[in-house]
Amino acid sequence: MTKPGSSHPLFQLTLSRLRETIREPEAIFWVFVFPVLLALALGIAFREKPASKLQIGVEDQKGAQELAGLISRSTELHAVIISPDQEARDLRTGKLDLIVSRASPAAKIKSAAPAQVASKIPELVYTYDPTRSDSRLARLLVDDALERAMGRKDVIAARDQKVTEPGTRYIDYLIPGLIGMNLMGSGMWGVGFAVVLARTRKLLKRLAATPMRRSHYLLGFMLSRLIFLVVEVGALVLFARIVFGVKVYGSLLDLAVVSLLGSMTFAGLGLLVASRATTIETVSGWMNFIMLPMWLLSGTFFSYARFPSFTIPFIRALPLTALNDAMRAIMNDGLPLFSSWLEMAVLIAWGIASFAVALRVFRWQ
Amino acid sequence: MEDVQSPAGGAGKERKLETPTLRCQGVVKHYGEVPAVDRVDLEVRQGECFGLLGPNGAGKTTLVEILEGLTRPDHGLVEILGYRWGGGDDRAFRERIAVQLQETQLADKLTVEETIRLFRSFFKKGRSVEEVIETAELNEKRRERVHKLSGGTKQRLALACALVSDPELLFLDEPTTGLDPQARYKVWEVIEDFKARRGTIVLTTHYMEEAARLCDRVAIMDHGRFLALDTPAALVESLGAREIIEFNVKDGFDSSGLERISGVKSVDKKEGGYVLKVSSISAALPELMAEIEKQKLKLVRLVTRPATLEDVFMRLTGGKLRDD
Repeated sequence: MTKPGSSHPLFQLTLSRLRETIREPEAIFWVFVFPVLLALALGIAFREKPASKLQIGVEDQKGAQELAGLISRSTELHAVIISPDQEARDLRTGKLDLIVSRASPAAKIKSAAPAQVASKIPELVYTYDPTRSDSRLARLLVDDALERAMGRKDVIAARDQKVTEPGTRYIDYLIPGLIGMNLMGSGMWGVGFAVVLARTRKLLKRLAATPMRRSHYLLGFMLSRLIFLVVEVGALVLFARIVFGVKVYGSLLDLAVVSLLGSMTFAGLGLLVASRATTIETVSGWMNFIMLPMWLLSGTFFSYARFPSFTIPFIRALPLTALNDAMRAIMNDGLPLFSSWLEMAVLIAWGIASFAVALRVFRWQ
Repeated sequence: MEDVQSPAGGAGKERKLETPTLRCQGVVKHYGEVPAVDRVDLEVRQGECFGLLGPNGAGKTTLVEILEGLTRPDHGLVEILGYRWGGGDDRAFRERIAVQLQETQLADKLTVEETIRLFRSFFKKGRSVEEVIETAELNEKRRERVHKLSGGTKQRLALACALVSDPELLFLDEPTTGLDPQARYKVWEVIEDFKARRGTIVLTTHYMEEAARLCDRVAIMDHGRFLALDTPAALVESLGAREIIEFNVKDGFDSSGLERISGVKSVDKKEGGYVLKVSSISAALPELMAEIEKQKLKLVRLVTRPATLEDVFMRLTGGKLRDD
């Protein structure tokens, strides 16, 4: 059962890394299970609601029932009758997008003109928050619905042609970002943590006392990362496909290339962070210091386009931004690999620079 | 006695008979202002087991790591198998030496066999993994993960990782520190097996029995310097007294008469009692008892024993070898 002689050190080093990783239950959880759970939770929270109608409150006055009926004819709107003392709160909490009420002068003459809502020209008040786009939209739609119901003649004959772009849902946007974030986390922790642990336990020094090639030791990390990469990315892509129907519009090979590149880049960064640290606390601090800004800035959960425009070039120079953008170009937009050449160049630059510096300053004892 | 044939059967022929396996001259290493190693000269012959004996902080580990090529000395010359570290061929010479560091923790999640196999893969030549598992008596534990092993088994695994390359020169830094006597005995057996294969050993320890049992020659080290260097027997001999009497009496003992007892070479105070180095217990003991009787004092404790390296160390440094 055991092979005679010895096998190649690179093979043994890679095998050892694989064994050490799969025998660490926490590592398995954080690398494989956690991203899937996160995707599941976020996917459910931001799923497309089939009836996402705008919610309109009609103040409980005479004729409110009819008014609500007219509004609800629109497929985009849903009207409810609401008491005046409740409307302010419902508007504030976002439960309602718009309140429709009769103007006060009309209220004074309500006894004079009973049940004549549709025939007379009513004076209405729209109460809403103009900074909320849903509310502005509700105002336009309600107004349009009522005007039509009152007999307005449209002067333009327009018809809708609905387009469903690939990858336009939030989950479609989210999954490539989660893959990027996961590659960053597992690359940096997987390499950085293991190196520092080996250093604090003097295992690095022990290895340095053998004729082992130091490049083999570091390459062993890379190769084991490569193998886990297939599982990591594969699990998320497959999960997203089965549970949320997230498709990869580009080529799977391109996806593999970008994943590989990202993984190597972050393994290099992990190596750099770990190259001199002598305690787990130090390396953890640095890891968080480097990764936290990227979680926030690099467009994992929301687009970085929301940041001030002068910051965008800096954000785009971050490795996670480059990885996320390249991932989305392939997965969501179905673009070929070369269209992401800038992002790939950013990744390669970070990767090469980190490796070069890490190897130069690496402390074996 | 000198046999130049190396265990690996390598480059023995062109070496002269006198060429030592290990040689260092005027080695100095400072950490800040404090010299950790202070002008050390040493030669170790092929097949010899050389012991570095000293308390914690004596500079043993620093010296060994300089010899292993892991630490660069500030000054001095180190030659291993005729090679000086940093001469552009370090890897080739690492094939021929093996190292067991103090307190190395091997990867927790790997098994005994996997760990040895990993270390074996670093060397072009060596013994088979099976053979080393056998030698280090690790057969029952071969599928056990490292973190589950006892201290003694871990040390035997560390030894196995060192022996798997079939080295010509083996460095052992405190191989049995913290082990119980039985575990220590098993480690000694593995080291003695290597000695029987004509391997050269440099060993640090602060255990007397270990140095006396394993080492052909011993250097007593403190504050980075060699205080004495000889065979264990010759070092004990140098005390000029083969036996020791230790005793305690109630307060008010007048020790001025002790020097006049026949065969007493030295009188030392220690922990409220006295230590006499004597050439013969049977001659000195009756006179000592008479002296105590004369002063009408009560004897609290009396121990007689042969002199050991510990007594040599005490004489040389005035301190104890271990803190316990």
